[in-house]
Amino acid sequence: MSTTIEPTVRVETRRTPMPPRERLESIFEVEGLDAIYGAKPAVKGVDMKVYKNLVTAIIGPSGCGKSTYIRCFNRMNDLIPGFRQEGTIRYHGQDICGANVDPVAVRRMIGMVFQRPNPFPKSIHDNVSWGMKVLGIKDDVNERVERALTQAALWDEVKDRLKASALSLSGGQQQRLCIARAIAVEPDVVLMDEPASALDPIATKAIEELMHNLKSEYTFVIVTHNMQQAARVADMTAFFSISQGGEGQRFGELVEYDATEKIFTAPSDSRTEDYVTGRFG
Amino acid sequence: MSAHGMGASPLQIKNLGRRKAVNRVMELLAWLAAAIAVAILGVVIWSVAKRGASELNLNLLTKPPIPFSLTNAPQGLANAFVGTLVVVGLATLMALPVGILVAIYLNEFAPASIRNGITMVLDVLNGVPAIVIGIFVYGLLVVGHGQSGWAGAFALACLMLPLVSRSTMEILALVPNSLREASLGLGVPQWRTTLSIILPQTIGGILTGTVLAVARVAGETAPLLLVCSLVGPQINWNPQHALQTIPVAIFELSESPDPADHARAWAAALVLLLFILFTSLGARWLANRSRRKIAAR
Amino acid sequence: MASAELTADARRRPLSGRRLRFGDVALQVVAGAAAFGVTILVLLIVWKVVEGARPAIEKYGIQFIWRVAWNPVVGRELYGAGSFLFGTAITSIFALILATPLALGIALFLTELAPGAIRAPVTALVETLAAIPSVVIGLWGILVLAPVLRSTIEPWLHTAFGFIPLFGEPGTTGASIFTAIIVLTIMILPIVSSICRELFLGIPHELKEGALALGTTRWEMVRGVVFPYARGGIAAALILGWGRAIGEAIAVTQVIGGGVYVGWNLFSGGDTLASKIAASYQGASTNLQAASLIYLGLILLVFSLIANILAQWIVRRSARKHGITRGGHA
Repeated sequence: MSTTIEPTVRVETRRTPMPPRERLESIFEVEGLDAIYGAKPAVKGVDMKVYKNLVTAIIGPSGCGKSTYIRCFNRMNDLIPGFRQEGTIRYHGQDICGANVDPVAVRRMIGMVFQRPNPFPKSIHDNVSWGMKVLGIKDDVNERVERALTQAALWDEVKDRLKASALSLSGGQQQRLCIARAIAVEPDVVLMDEPASALDPIATKAIEELMHNLKSEYTFVIVTHNMQQAARVADMTAFFSISQGGEGQRFGELVEYDATEKIFTAPSDSRTEDYVTGRFG
Repeated sequence: MSAHGMGASPLQIKNLGRRKAVNRVMELLAWLAAAIAVAILGVVIWSVAKRGASELNLNLLTKPPIPFSLTNAPQGLANAFVGTLVVVGLATLMALPVGILVAIYLNEFAPASIRNGITMVLDVLNGVPAIVIGIFVYGLLVVGHGQSGWAGAFALACLMLPLVSRSTMEILALVPNSLREASLGLGVPQWRTTLSIILPQTIGGILTGTVLAVARVAGETAPLLLVCSLVGPQINWNPQHALQTIPVAIFELSESPDPADHARAWAAALVLLLFILFTSLGARWLANRSRRKIAAR
Repeated sequence: MASAELTADARRRPLSGRRLRFGDVALQVVAGAAAFGVTILVLLIVWKVVEGARPAIEKYGIQFIWRVAWNPVVGRELYGAGSFLFGTAITSIFALILATPLALGIALFLTELAPGAIRAPVTALVETLAAIPSVVIGLWGILVLAPVLRSTIEPWLHTAFGFIPLFGEPGTTGASIFTAIIVLTIMILPIVSSICRELFLGIPHELKEGALALGTTRWEMVRGVVFPYARGGIAAALILGWGRAIGEAIAVTQVIGGGVYVGWNLFSGGDTLASKIAASYQGASTNLQAASLIYLGLILLVFSLIANILAQWIVRRSARKHGITRGGHA
């Protein structure tokens, strides 16, 4: 049993405490996952369970493969030539890494918000409704658009100019629009790859609030390089670090994965401790 | 969740099958389009190669044509090869210095508004149909003086000019400013900097741009038809007269009813095609190499 | 471009002892003269064409443009551009209709679908199609394509679809408007597809990822993101392709059959503005005929300039639009 430490980060009490571990339902089961670009592994040997209706944060120094890892969950790495994946990720029991699994179906259920806002060159309304229409959701489009924008805490700011171009919004607004766009198609999981790193603190706060409020409907997995953000927002936290392999290869691996309080106040691994106390990384 | 109607498997999505079928059809159509383009190219090149190879021999290059020949005396298109050499050569000598000067002015001296304006003019010049250039040169140089190789060369030079300017400008833009700064900082005057330091860096790129422009006009027929086509069969090197050129020869032979003429047309087309393909591919390869060298500095 | 500002800057801040060098002035004057000479050249082109057409303009006026006639018989000379304008329109528009889906398909194939190994070769092959001179395509057109069309395709189309006026009675030689349309399609295909390919390559990767991450298929992403984003550029590409088609004289005159024709039968012979000039120029017997041919050239020049400037304007406008949006607010 390690002694409690002085973290550099205060773990604030969240409004809704996490249910006890026995009552958590796992939505992803990762086993022995390796993610490899060409000949260079980005991430190796990850075993992890992601739980439903929680916010799970992935933290670690830059270069430890956090983005690569999260993109495995919705097969976005397939778009990169030379990429291959080994091991399994079971989503509700079904392995989504298999060659016989259609990435289009995977991405339908597992949405993503990217590091830099990437709204389509369409109107605000169409940004949210386009995905729905293409995916076959034809009824109550306007109501759904309003609901998604409300959930993304953007409705009040844009309700009078839904026809305006999405590109006329500020960065923080654009990112919330991207979140609205992602949740409008009602996915199961929303992956967030450093969603607030390009935004100012106020916009960041809005996004963190959003995750709190929507946790009951969606499962969030968020990559962040900001430890304070992880502490504020996440129920579970996974710490990745860079390891040296044979032949001087550097790759990321999962060091510790636990409830956020534990990671930040009483980590089991010394590498985690070094990171959260700011001794390195 | 209502939106996606999850079925037995978590990844069962309604109407995904139909959407994927549409996607597949579109993919096949795209593949088909590319295949059609490659097929057309293949058919054309194959036709030229097959029909041209049989008539391709040294006579083509060395013997002049014998009009209305009733015997099988060897004849060729030597006058056309010579004429093309002269006309295209003169055109290059006209277009190259002017094109380079234009590019130097636009890239090194001109304020942005003038640069944009003259670039637009170059684009307009590029878009003028070759036959209209022929009408222009006819009115300028042929009326009152008769056709000539000079007129043909000038017409081709008008076509080459925008190409040479464009590619030279692109290469000049690739030369890093640090080179200009260093030279000017040492007190080297601007004209010296441009001519002795910047320009030599770009020789490779200018060369490839010129070669590409030459490949482009070597096969240009329309203006020559108007200003440099009333020729006899003898081999002639003097640009003051109208000279026969390969593309005009091909054109005339293609319109003739005589299959022997057609055969010679295919052979000439084969030579022209080989010349253009080799110079284009070679120039592009050189261009990539030169671009990488400059950008890497 | 920074270099021009840099050197212009150097001029404005003379170092001590730095005087205006003769060499600098000389180079700038000579190079500037060349640049402005290009402008003079274009103006000269327009002037010379107008001047050459003047006798016909004075005799026939504006009505020349739509008059359907071309009678070079001395004593009963009457000329008009009507049938050739029609020929230009029908050949270029149909060629554009055929070439557009092919070009878009090729561009999409090269940017979205082609496996790495064949992407570069196929791109090079399509560019090579652009390098083939028009006289060679025309040669192939008369001697290979036209006979095939005359013996198989045209009769089949006539028997199967003859109720459509487009597919009327085929001619005897295979030289027809239809053949010219096929030839023009082949000639404008590489230009349109290579412009579209560059456009599609320039689409920000994040935009495409954003669409795919929603669970759309590749085609849905293309329709929803690629095409709208590239809309302006595609329009410019089509206009440039059309401009190329109307200006093509040699290949068209080799395969189109010639004649004054205004009608719907694609299998008839006919002429376009450009092909008529190429066909009749050497045999122009009178000054009036020559001037009338130049008048045709003037009409062609006007349309070319309009197409060119329109395409340039669209490109500039579209570049500005995307420039603003990409810079972005914080």
